Amino acid sequence: MKYEMPSARNGRTSGGTCIAVRRVSRWFGDNHVLDELDLEVDLHGRLGIVGASGGGKSTLLSLICGLDEPDSGEVVVQGQSTAAGRLDCCALMPQRDLLMPWRLAIDNAGLALENKGVSRRKARERVAPLFERFGLAGADYLRPAELSGGMRQRVAFLRTLVSDKEVLLLDEPFGALDSITRASMQAWLSSALDAEPRTVVLVTHDVEEALLVCNEVVVMSARPGRVVDRITVSVPKRGSRREIVAEPEFVSLRERAMEALEA
Amino acid sequence: MTSSSLGTPPQLRPAKPAARKRRVSVGRLIATYGLSLLVFLLLLGIWEFISRDGLVAVYVLPAPDQVITELWNDWGSVLRSATWVTFQEMFLGFLIAVVLGIGIAVLLHWSKVIRRALYPLLIASQAIPVVVLAPILVIIIGYNISSKLVIVALLCFFPIAINTLDGFRGVDAEYVRMMRTLHGTRWLTFRRIELPSAMPSLFSGMRVAAAFAPVGAVFGEFSGSNDGLGYVMLQAGPELQTARVLAAVLLLTVMAVLLVLAVTLCERLTAPWAHEPRRNT
Repeated sequence: MKYEMPSARNGRTSGGTCIAVRRVSRWFGDNHVLDELDLEVDLHGRLGIVGASGGGKSTLLSLICGLDEPDSGEVVVQGQSTAAGRLDCCALMPQRDLLMPWRLAIDNAGLALENKGVSRRKARERVAPLFERFGLAGADYLRPAELSGGMRQRVAFLRTLVSDKEVLLLDEPFGALDSITRASMQAWLSSALDAEPRTVVLVTHDVEEALLVCNEVVVMSARPGRVVDRITVSVPKRGSRREIVAEPEFVSLRERAMEALEA
Repeated sequence: MTSSSLGTPPQLRPAKPAARKRRVSVGRLIATYGLSLLVFLLLLGIWEFISRDGLVAVYVLPAPDQVITELWNDWGSVLRSATWVTFQEMFLGFLIAVVLGIGIAVLLHWSKVIRRALYPLLIASQAIPVVVLAPILVIIIGYNISSKLVIVALLCFFPIAINTLDGFRGVDAEYVRMMRTLHGTRWLTFRRIELPSAMPSLFSGMRVAAAFAPVGAVFGEFSGSNDGLGYVMLQAGPELQTARVLAAVLLLTVMAVLLVLAVTLCERLTAPWAHEPRRNT
């Protein structure tokens, strides 16, 4: 399978800042989860966040999308600093696909449209072509129980995508998949985002996944979470996954990230 | 980027379509219910043997065939109208309980204040045996059908309300969070997530309630009535017409089973996903 790395047009210089996290701290009781965290993501940029589990990565996503408020510091998404304002521009894709068994695949994907008041028929008309384009042809009218793990995750991603929000927050989207499926899903996600550019924050525990999908990777420390290292991904973008992963530059970036994780 | 790279790689083809419709075959039915049918027939045989052999008097325990004969002979004169009366009481009372139970569950789910105010009272109310209240209710409300409806509804609403409420509470919080980021309002979350999630619990509650309904109807009739299966039993008992009492019991049982089956059928139609095996991949 051909694999395309995030291209230069998604680089830092493109469209101004989309997400800004400034000196954000968050406590849960006595648990210091995030410590004066600073992050920036440009419009249509793709930020990968890797770190030990329990390092507050999911908390960070909740803060960005406005499901949670920081104890100190501020989070601004597309100029919106209130929780409700941020909620308007962010869509969250959790690790579990959370497809509703009472909805067909196509109606699961069109959920956000129906929530906005679009009729089910209109929602299906809009979503159906996406099923064709994103490797789900023929799966439209299946129930979630009839889909494989990879396909369920694709439907879940489409559901996030058709919410028409600029920011997609992906919380370990492929964490529950086997490694073969995960590898092809990473390529799939990368090309899907090339076709439909969005600003993405991808939380993962898989360094390779972050380096393959994103154009910038941040390594977070264990609790209290803070940024340990910031890696700009600049690896030749064409070739198979195997070739990219074997690229000396890729290897050195991976080593650097792994080292930061161990620190 | 070529579109081919977005195509379905081989390992992502749909999983084997899960048994979409289970076939109902005679073989399956026998495998499922054969054993319990055998036990039932065995018990019936023992019963028939004991009664036939004159080990016990007819007025103590009539044989099964005598009960059936009684049912046959009295159907037109007494039992048919009594069954109809009791059926109305339990069915309408059950419907009231369903509406009431769901209504209370929704109310308690939506308002924290109302939940704090009413939930403990709701639980406490179940410590009062409705059966004991029945005679008083009949005095207050009257001899007519409405007192029976109240008794049946009081007995049946609780399992429905509690199970539905548990269903609402058991909704995965992750769904609600996801819904909020997908333009989901409180109402839409309720309609599209919480309500369908709670359906299986709602139906569990309704099944329990359905089994209570005939008990409620009969107690209502015991407390004051001039028709219905409870009334028939009350009359036949002292006259030592045990066969007639048992015929009435049989009819009640059949009605209870039918009501439970009707609930199950409704569940199959409105929440077909409830009993399919879950995949966690």
